[in-house]
Amino acid sequence: MEYVILMKDDFGGFISRLAKLQKLAAPVSKGYNNFSFQEVSSGDEVALKYIPTIIPPKKFFMPRQETLLEFNTAKGLEVKPVVEHEKITLFGVHTCDLAGIQCINMVFSIRPRDYNYLIRKRKIDIIGLECNEYCDEYASCCLVSSHLPSGGYDLFLTDLGDYFIAHVNTQVGEDIVESIKYFKSAEASNLEELKSLRERKRALFKNEVPIEPRLIPEMFDRAFESGVWKDLEERCLACGNCTNVCPTCYCFDIIDETDMDLKTGRRYRNWDSCQLEPFAKVAGGESFRKERSARQRHRYYRKFRYPVSKFARFFCTGCGRCSRACMAKINLKETLNSLLNDRYASKPFINDEI
Amino acid sequence: MEKTIIKESNYRIRNARVIKARQMTAHEKLFEIALEGGENLDYEPGQFVIVSLLGVGEAPISICSSPTKAGSFELCVRAVGKVTNAMHRLEAGDDIGIRGPYGKGFPIRILEGNDLLFIAGGLGVAPLRSLIKYAFDNRRDFGKIHILLGCKTSEDMLFADELDQWFKRMDVHYECTVDRAAPDWAGHVGQITTLIPGVHLESERTFAVIVGPPIMYRFVIKEILAKNIPERQIFVSLERHMKCGMGKCGRCQIQNLYCCQDGPVFNYAEIKNMKEAI
Repeated sequence: MEYVILMKDDFGGFISRLAKLQKLAAPVSKGYNNFSFQEVSSGDEVALKYIPTIIPPKKFFMPRQETLLEFNTAKGLEVKPVVEHEKITLFGVHTCDLAGIQCINMVFSIRPRDYNYLIRKRKIDIIGLECNEYCDEYASCCLVSSHLPSGGYDLFLTDLGDYFIAHVNTQVGEDIVESIKYFKSAEASNLEELKSLRERKRALFKNEVPIEPRLIPEMFDRAFESGVWKDLEERCLACGNCTNVCPTCYCFDIIDETDMDLKTGRRYRNWDSCQLEPFAKVAGGESFRKERSARQRHRYYRKFRYPVSKFARFFCTGCGRCSRACMAKINLKETLNSLLNDRYASKPFINDEI
Repeated sequence: MEKTIIKESNYRIRNARVIKARQMTAHEKLFEIALEGGENLDYEPGQFVIVSLLGVGEAPISICSSPTKAGSFELCVRAVGKVTNAMHRLEAGDDIGIRGPYGKGFPIRILEGNDLLFIAGGLGVAPLRSLIKYAFDNRRDFGKIHILLGCKTSEDMLFADELDQWFKRMDVHYECTVDRAAPDWAGHVGQITTLIPGVHLESERTFAVIVGPPIMYRFVIKEILAKNIPERQIFVSLERHMKCGMGKCGRCQIQNLYCCQDGPVFNYAEIKNMKEAI
């Protein structure tokens, strides 16, 4: 049972039953062109056609704020390490966000492993949803090959007109299919339709920046001193929007909070941002990325260069959120194009037939 | 959202107790700390711990004692932030939380059998003292030892009582300089770089270990290279504000390196072209 189909008429029933199995979150419309992963219980709440949500589904894996320890100093040191978690199904995760989850999975799985993250991750079931066309002009998913599914889900739905075809990827996915009776086995004709959709997609999704992806790390190796970063500095407001909405940004701060009794309290971690000035500051007052150019550069290198050495993949999923959220209109595709037009950074491939 | 108590948390802290606390200068205090239950902190010179004060927060502090001394360890703390200021209020008998040790310490196995040139500026003497004391406790394993220290004034001098002993040791060449001298100061006056040209050393068998504020590295390394010590034989310890200590939080990242895991001790040849490192 690798592929099954779900008739569109049964979608409402599917979502209702899914929500009865366990808590269910799906993209929900939040006014004009804004979407958010929220708890749903019926099909009409779900936005099937949506551009990337304001905050990516990383918020379920790595909540904006999560308690690490609870303590009570009334009698000596009483400390309880805790993990906050819940059984939840995410419905409608696009391939860019599946890639994002795969990235942070790697970060928190390499040793020393982060048990808070790993325990929570095991409780989350994922149902993906294919984008048949581009969401908007900000996306650059083809550049990083995240426009087509490559794992990271239990079940993956593709809209094929009056029905969805679903790829059953895991035992969890199979259990969902079996407990929700609406699914039927896919026929050869269904698989043909899926195949032709993927072919149409291959024609529709084109490299959004005219550079061969394999050459990007090399371009970044030469771009550290590029004037492009200075240009970004003149526009960047250092607000941290880009990192907050990024599906692969995971930096955090650790903060203590004491209750009013001054005895009990908790230690939690909070999303942080390399774009904020105090991030790389030490006690003596020295800041190692004082300039906004250095901080923007750091962000781009953390997407396109450093993870290539460490994890053999880009940490940009092409979702376009950083560009959509930037108040100063700093645009990822434009930045890559500017680097490409930087004669020094792009020197080795300036005459390549790209 | 459910909440479960877990055993295997990376943020679990080890209960410890301050067994001795001594104000060293106006801003620095020395703490001797023992883990609960007589447990030994298994560490290497140059590693750091994350000190935990419940309700206040955590701060990364380099260990300034040598692991050759079992049973307790020492931290030299300058009161500069929320946690370090709160630490200064601790006295012997007070509870303290410890995570770690973390990071890569000084490469002792590489240093063994060679001459050592230790250079520390300001608070840099704290992490370096860990290695200096280790070398003293294993003196046979090393060749000549030169120690050059620099600080702002003689009142800022850390471990002043010990330094007098270093000065008297036959098996150590020790010199110290201050930027501004008090009237009773009999030693050198001037930047630490002024001490380097006068040191007699065999460059091919000398390893330099430098710890100090960022500005110091540039000038000191230049002087050391002028002494023909190869870049590969220079080690530095870099300061960053680590939050997690486990290569996740991103605070201490230097390009693709995490200071908390790949450092804080780095070989100069490996980081010399790395912008934002020093």
